[in-house]
Amino acid sequence: MCLGIPGEIVEILNDHPDLAMVAVSGVRRAINIGLLENETVAPGDWILIHVGFALSKIDETEAKAALDFLESIGQAYDDEIAALRESMIEQG
Amino acid sequence: MTGDTGLEEQVLERIERARRRKARVREEHITLAHGAGGKATHTLIEGVFLESFRNPALEPLEDGAVIDEMAFTTDSFVVTPLFFPGGDIGDLAVNGTINDLAMCGARPRYLSAGFILEEGFPIAHLRRIAASMAAAAEAAGVHIVTGDTKVVERGKADGCYVVTAGVGTLERPTRLSAAAAQPGDAVIVSGPIGEHGITIMLARGELDIQADLTSDTAPLNELTARLLDACADGDVRCLRDATRGGVATVLNEIAEASKAAIIVNEDIIPVRPDVRGACELLGIDPLYVACEGRMIAIVAQASAEAALTALHSHPLGREAAIVGRVNDDPPGLVLLKTAFGGTRIVDMLVGDPLPRIC
Amino acid sequence: MRFVDEYRDADTARALAARITALCEPGRAYKFMEVCGGHTHTIYKHGLEDYLPQAVTLVHGPGCPVCVIPMGRVDDAIHIASQPDVIMTSFGDMMRVPGGTGSFLDAKARGADIRMVYSPLDALKIAKQNPSKRVVFMAIGFETTAPSTAMTVLRAKADGVDNFSVFCNHVTIIPAIKAILDSPDLRLDGFIGPGHVSTVIGCRPYRFIARDYRKPIVVAGFEPLDILQSVHQLLTQLAQDRCEVENQYARVVPWDGNPKALAAISEVMELRPHFEWRGLGFISQSALRMSAAYARHDAERIFRIPGGRVADPTSCQCGEVLKGVLKPWECKVFGTACTPETPIGTCMVSSEGACAAYYNFGRFSRERVKEATRQ
Repeated sequence: MCLGIPGEIVEILNDHPDLAMVAVSGVRRAINIGLLENETVAPGDWILIHVGFALSKIDETEAKAALDFLESIGQAYDDEIAALRESMIEQG
Repeated sequence: MTGDTGLEEQVLERIERARRRKARVREEHITLAHGAGGKATHTLIEGVFLESFRNPALEPLEDGAVIDEMAFTTDSFVVTPLFFPGGDIGDLAVNGTINDLAMCGARPRYLSAGFILEEGFPIAHLRRIAASMAAAAEAAGVHIVTGDTKVVERGKADGCYVVTAGVGTLERPTRLSAAAAQPGDAVIVSGPIGEHGITIMLARGELDIQADLTSDTAPLNELTARLLDACADGDVRCLRDATRGGVATVLNEIAEASKAAIIVNEDIIPVRPDVRGACELLGIDPLYVACEGRMIAIVAQASAEAALTALHSHPLGREAAIVGRVNDDPPGLVLLKTAFGGTRIVDMLVGDPLPRIC
Repeated sequence: MRFVDEYRDADTARALAARITALCEPGRAYKFMEVCGGHTHTIYKHGLEDYLPQAVTLVHGPGCPVCVIPMGRVDDAIHIASQPDVIMTSFGDMMRVPGGTGSFLDAKARGADIRMVYSPLDALKIAKQNPSKRVVFMAIGFETTAPSTAMTVLRAKADGVDNFSVFCNHVTIIPAIKAILDSPDLRLDGFIGPGHVSTVIGCRPYRFIARDYRKPIVVAGFEPLDILQSVHQLLTQLAQDRCEVENQYARVVPWDGNPKALAAISEVMELRPHFEWRGLGFISQSALRMSAAYARHDAERIFRIPGGRVADPTSCQCGEVLKGVLKPWECKVFGTACTPETPIGTCMVSSEGACAAYYNFGRFSRERVKEATRQ
């Protein structure tokens, strides 16, 4: 229901309260970061953008853990397929 | 389970029947959707204009009419802002008209230019527009040989509108038609899509988004000439520039006219990162975004590689790619194989592509 | 694109799909509801159902904010937009939503000044630039969007922008889920939880689903692998006879949500005693209005709105579709009287709506599409 897009903070706009310049695949927009609780954000951090506001800071550790899990499933699957092929060759 | 599936098939057939019903304009007023190039535009054209003007030259509803050995087209331009990164309303008008003729397989020759000007419009702006029209005409080897000027009261128009007509000569035996696509044909896109539409959307300033994007407005007549020269007679079935409604709309028009399916691969369709970024941010599908210098070519499989080589030899076709193929079933449908490995139906656009938040 | 492309990998999807199939008990059918329209969009956009075994069906839920806005509220908004010196602003999604007297696009064609904005802050900017106009923001959306509206109102107050007001139509997700769970003909096995709403409300509010209704729920991200993974987690819970709230989208969703966003909402808005949802009827405490302290920026107090109720057409079975009782194509008017060009019911209105999504993407049977795309 709610379009949220990850973007990278490229600059904190000091002359405007609560604004940061955020890049999404090469395009940039000023995004309001006033909803981020006590979290200091800096250039290089990634945030989730919704209607011009940052709703949350993306947690790189959690992102990596999730990806590692997905990759492990992919790896296990590849291994199984490989094992299956080998056993078929042996049978053949 | 079987009964369920049978019932579903019945419903699907019912929908298809409903979709084939004669176009009827239900609205009482014109809305912006009628000008967006999607379904509403088609309904308006078929329900009002085709009903009134019906004749054999008009009926195919191609980009231009082919009469004797001539191609004839008209176009009007109401872009806001008038000046945008990569062009202005002037070269857009000339290139757009040239492209309509080129898509008929013709050599563009002569153009007309009509101007509807708002009281108070700066002459300096008009000079700038005229100069870029002259430059675009010269670059494409066409002449603007007649014109007209009207001025309306302040507030009755948005600065400057340009209306053109164009004629071109058909010098090749190949007759192109959206109805000519055949199963097995290759679907080629001539370059990265969506740059013009996104550039205009951002140039209006309302979205406050910055990007290093420029319009792709360009004359495609040289590109089409090279393509037609490289392929055996009759092997180029259809050419369409992907303007309003974008690539998705053009593919739907071809699939419908040819009663064939078109199957394209999402990950091969060239889209520049900035265009993709802006589309993700705005929730818009680049397949529906307008281009002004990109075309779709349907080419027989036998000539597909030759066509691609010819396109790559021209700066405007350097990133051309074979993005899909024509299939016999399901007729009238455009299917997209997604980068994720799934499949979806790409329908014609309903109304303008609007930025969404949901 | 980072945090996007890595979650769209086809090879991983195939592996995950094999795991999902292996988790399905032979002969058992599973029905999961993705509550959020954004998930519905992802499912269709990427063709995700191609990866799911036949035993798993995804039911598209009520989480599409424009779909659930009752027609009477759209009429009220058009009434406001038609008053002298008013500039109405809203998101692009809202432009085509039909009320009893047409949509914003129709009203615009009749002469109303209605503008599309990307952010409520853009509406505030328009108010600052047009001090002689009354600028109204048509606020829609769940808890994801409400904090942005609230922050904008706070900014308007701080800057003294008195010609800016909000027509508040924000809704809350939990009462809608509860309404679905309380429906007597419910046949769901679990929920894919709305990821972006949860950035604000966190995961705790869903605990009643597991505790009181014995259904598992997995809060999920919006990339296709996120959704496949959440289906995997739901099936794992069922296989292990567990009913819990799990957070698949921990990279974005903190367990406790965003306290600052919640504080902004409760500063500016308060719960309505009840609110009508298209297709679901009246649900108590399911929507927000501006609180009295912000009356100056409350369009409902500034303008005399008709507040008329437009009943959903009787032929429309959106309620059943939203609850997962009927499939879109089983509705009496689906695809004949009710199409995306001439929608009758809520589910056909927005491209996120269950019926519109099915109509646009699924009207040919998957078997036929699969056959056609096989190289």
